[in-house]
Amino acid sequence: MTLSMNTPDFLIERNRERCINCQVCVRQCANEAHGWDAEEEKIFSQDALCVNCHRCVTMCPTHSLSIRKFPLEFRENANWTASTMKAIYKQAETGGILLTGMGTDRPYPVYWDQLLLNASQVTNPSIDPLREPMELKTFLGRKPEQLRVINGKLAEALPPQLELDLPIMFSAMSFGSISLNVAKSLAQAAETLGTFYNTGEGGLHEDLYKYGKNTIVQVASGRFGVHSEYLNAGAAIEIKIGQGAKPGIGGHLPGEKVGVEVSRTRMIPEQSDAISPAPHHDIYSIEDLTQLIFSLKEATNYEKPVIVKIAAVHNVSAIASGIARAGADIIAIDGFRGGTGAAPLRTRDSVGIPIELALAAVDSRLREEGIRNQVSLVVGGSIRNSTDIIKAIALGADAVYVASSALLALGCHMCQKCYTGKCNWGIATQRPELVKRLNPEIGAERATNLLKAWEHEVKEILGGMGINAIESLCGNRLMLRGIGLSDRELNILGVLAAGE
Amino acid sequence: MDYVIIGNSAAGIGAVEGIRSVDRVGKIALFSREPYPAYSRPLISYYLSGKVAPETMYYRDPDFYLRLQVEASLGREVQALKLEDKTIELSTGDKVPFDRLLIATGGKPITPPIPGREYSGVSTFLTWDDAKDLGEELFPGIKVVVIGAGLIGLKATEALVKREATVTVAELSNRILSAILDEDSARIVQTHLEEQGVKFQLNNTVAEILGEEGKVTGVRLQNGEELECDRVILAIGVRPNLDLVRDTELKFNQGILVNSHMATSVDDVFAAGDVSEGYDKIYQENRVLPILPNAYKQGFTAGVNMAGGSSEFQGGFAMNAIGFFDLPMLTAGIIKPTTPGFQEYIRLDPGKQSYKKIVLRAGKLVGYIALNTVDRAGILTGLMDQEVDVTPFQEHLLKEDFGYIHFPKELRSQRLSLRK
Amino acid sequence: MKRVYAREEVCMGCKLCEVYCATAHSEYPLDLVKAFLKQKMKPLPRILVEYNLSISFALQCRHCDEAPCTKACITGAMQKDSVTGIVSNDERRCVGCWTCILVCPFGAIGRDNQGHKVASKCDLCSNVADQTDTESFSNVPVCVQNCPNRALQFMDSVVEGEE
Ligand SMILES: Cc1cc2nc3c(=O)[nH]c(=O)nc-3n(C[C@H](O)[C@H](O)[C@H](O)COP(=O)(O)OP(=O)(O)OC[C@H]3O[C@@H](n4cnc5c(N)ncnc54)[C@H](O)[C@@H]3O)c2cc1C
Ligand code: SF4
Ligand code: SF4
Ligand code: SF4
Ligand code: SF4
Repeated sequence: MTLSMNTPDFLIERNRERCINCQVCVRQCANEAHGWDAEEEKIFSQDALCVNCHRCVTMCPTHSLSIRKFPLEFRENANWTASTMKAIYKQAETGGILLTGMGTDRPYPVYWDQLLLNASQVTNPSIDPLREPMELKTFLGRKPEQLRVINGKLAEALPPQLELDLPIMFSAMSFGSISLNVAKSLAQAAETLGTFYNTGEGGLHEDLYKYGKNTIVQVASGRFGVHSEYLNAGAAIEIKIGQGAKPGIGGHLPGEKVGVEVSRTRMIPEQSDAISPAPHHDIYSIEDLTQLIFSLKEATNYEKPVIVKIAAVHNVSAIASGIARAGADIIAIDGFRGGTGAAPLRTRDSVGIPIELALAAVDSRLREEGIRNQVSLVVGGSIRNSTDIIKAIALGADAVYVASSALLALGCHMCQKCYTGKCNWGIATQRPELVKRLNPEIGAERATNLLKAWEHEVKEILGGMGINAIESLCGNRLMLRGIGLSDRELNILGVLAAGE
Repeated sequence: MDYVIIGNSAAGIGAVEGIRSVDRVGKIALFSREPYPAYSRPLISYYLSGKVAPETMYYRDPDFYLRLQVEASLGREVQALKLEDKTIELSTGDKVPFDRLLIATGGKPITPPIPGREYSGVSTFLTWDDAKDLGEELFPGIKVVVIGAGLIGLKATEALVKREATVTVAELSNRILSAILDEDSARIVQTHLEEQGVKFQLNNTVAEILGEEGKVTGVRLQNGEELECDRVILAIGVRPNLDLVRDTELKFNQGILVNSHMATSVDDVFAAGDVSEGYDKIYQENRVLPILPNAYKQGFTAGVNMAGGSSEFQGGFAMNAIGFFDLPMLTAGIIKPTTPGFQEYIRLDPGKQSYKKIVLRAGKLVGYIALNTVDRAGILTGLMDQEVDVTPFQEHLLKEDFGYIHFPKELRSQRLSLRK
Repeated sequence: MKRVYAREEVCMGCKLCEVYCATAHSEYPLDLVKAFLKQKMKPLPRILVEYNLSISFALQCRHCDEAPCTKACITGAMQKDSVTGIVSNDERRCVGCWTCILVCPFGAIGRDNQGHKVASKCDLCSNVADQTDTESFSNVPVCVQNCPNRALQFMDSVVEGEE
């Protein structure tokens, strides 16, 4: 054994005057940061094991616990920060790549926070959503160039559309990376709200087939759990090319997460690693993508829209144009702050571009090319609140995808340890004793509440802008002004500066 | 409908409650030789040791008889049964007619023909009066010989020791509590009692009680040894009190024979409790089961049937909860099989005075001993009672924390879920 | 009658039900800290969580219709209330003989060996409501109220045939 240079990240503080030794913390911390000393009849803790997930803090019935940053001062400087140094100590010890979970925590600019919304004054009166109707209904899918009406009826059927009661969907999270109870919670919430959740690349568990009309089924490079019944079970099919948190690389679900249920759903042997290759091995060109899109449409009788999901990367607008032309009905773009169950830290923190810029660029490009009507745009990758949604729609999105926010609603505390499989909140785990901690009934209620709350806020703010239907906001960048942004950034975003 | 109940203990009270669960108006006349409202017989040793005050000896609240409209004649002995006339005869000569009769006269101590048993200072230990009489004569250092190391003898012993008596227990068997413990567990309990100062004479008994001027002075044991003492307590067992029954046409064996409705061989006459021979599920035959839970249940069943309802005694089995000086033990059924066809499993932890034994027959639990680690032993009793096939989880039965978690999921949810 | 039913599929074995139950039946029914740190005798729960890694559920008295414990009790301390159906133990009369433990098929009765020995069991918080005289108990047992994951339900049993 040699000396380990790792030091704890967090400090567990216990107020002994309030601790009643009930050991709830001991039982609840899957990282075993709390223990029971039978001889002393006392609880002890091991700071080094704490990931600051707040499970114990929240569960402690006497509120005796708090977690702080470990107060160890490094000899930091602007270049060599504590986290940079600690990463080196860790890699020098293990020789492995650094893994992490959730979206990047680096202090990149968040453009949502540098965009301001407009409101009506005098000339264009604002609308009170409590008194007047306010429409958030959104249809996703290819819109025809023109509508021919004969005898008051559409002459040609519209291409298949997804009908959303509000422009928010739960984005792809595979059963395997998240627990079945998360999937159940989101599926139920989607049904209650009149929107959609997404299976991710893990197939569809048999318990979830009943939510089919609110399900988007994903086809990813690993093709796990994909069969014709699966494709036909959902309301739409999503081809996953890339993911914001880890553009350009595949996925890896470690064998220990592949229990009976996951194995059955993914159609792979129990305990075997589930590896999603970086590319789809049958897609090396836009033409190949066209083939996949149409084979999926063929398999589902052209009744379901096909979504193509890509990560926001440098030439995202050209790629999106290609995808639109390849026949996709919807393009989903995932920004680089998007969450993940597991990603190499360095990829997560340095690959890809922010969703705001990607969205503006794609929307502008498709408009310039006159093909914006051919696809709907859905964006995700750190939508954190209702104004992020409004801003996204004003920048050109038809709807948004949320994942991290939904998980936060279910209890996630952003400890970023999803990849360990020991999620104390029963979210990113397959351990039965942890999965049980998320009661799907409560999960569904909380996810529903969150989206309902956002729905209210969106209506309120739309009313303030004098708009009574969300569709009229789509791409209406006049409703936005930038603050603290360079000309170049304003230009890409296609918005004026505040005051202009 | 006129009901007559003879006996005012667990079985009698059970019958009153059974009758009243069906018939709110019929007349209930209850007779007891003892002058007290129903009291708990097992509490007499607690009373003797001073742990239980007189007012908490009672088995029911003070307005019990009034509330349930029972005409209780306490301190009145029944002398004879005139079943053909449907009347009973009191020792005063009065006759009381009945439509339905319950005999719940309980048990009677076995008094062996030991020479000297007529000396004053020799007594049995069965009634509150026995305990009161004994209590009045105790003084620190008094020497007592208890004959019989059964439940009653040892409960009396414990109380006596708490009252600072010096006690020697003589027992013919090779171990104490032979009806409910095997050798290994009995040894643990014996050691525990010895640590409290109790002396034992096993494989031995009192051959003669010695006395002077009509008063006990000592005993001579079978092995010739002589012990000085001031009191002798006879506690070699209890048998059904058949005094009233012998001259009637009622069929009896060890106790009065009854069917599952607790009805005797004579119409409209029922029997319950220590006086009867009810069905034993484990031995699969009728047996005297002289324990309070059975007495109450049988009494209740009899009461319901007497009042025209329908209830069946599903059968019971021997079971006991007892403890001495904070060493508790729960036992049930066959604890020491003497014929083939049984499997026994044992876990012994002498350091903790802990002993657990289970006895299986054809995949079913038929008996157990839980000494000191007694928590949740009722789950085992339940498995016996419901005759559950325990093979799928039998490896867990001996565990200290054995519980529903070890049941197969199916069985567990059947027992615990919302559905009845 | 309403009883407490456990939902094993969402019980996470945290034992908060035990903690709140013990407190509610202590000298300080509304104060966890005082109940556990100030009271001389350790507060005991009347609900028990059976727990191993993957299975956990809470179990307390089922308040049986034909309650074996009431029939077996040697002192008459254990009684079923004819109106509410609640089986409760009159701790003043109980002598701690454990006959009720011998017969309770659910293992729902605990031994309180501290001081005067008594059988300790669930009373559906009926005592607690009287003692604290607060609205907060609103007739729902504290274990049910405080289970963080709705793993305990307080409801009438579904009789066979009904759904
Ligand atoms: C010291 C002691 C400890 C015990 N401990 C336990 C224990 O821990 N657990 C356990 O389960 N059991 C115990 N038992 C056994 C238990 O007490 C009996 O099983 C139970 O009391 C039987 O009830 P019973 O109603 O059948 O009869 P009994 O209790 O024997 O009552 C008989 C009733 O009949 C009345 N009676 C009798 N003859 C007449 C007559 N001719 N006229 C009028 N009335 C009459 C008596 O006055 C009495 O009221 C113990 C017994 C004793 C003595
Ligand atoms: S890892 Fe979570 S549960 Fe464990 S000690 Fe840290 S904050 Fe508490
Ligand atoms: S409080 Fe609820 S979840 Fe926790 S152990 Fe009790 S029943 Fe289970
Ligand atoms: S204590 Fe046991 S036997 Fe008594 S009512 Fe409750 S569950 Fe039934
Ligand atoms: S322990 Fe108490 S409640 Fe239980 S049977 Fe004995 S006296 Fe009755």
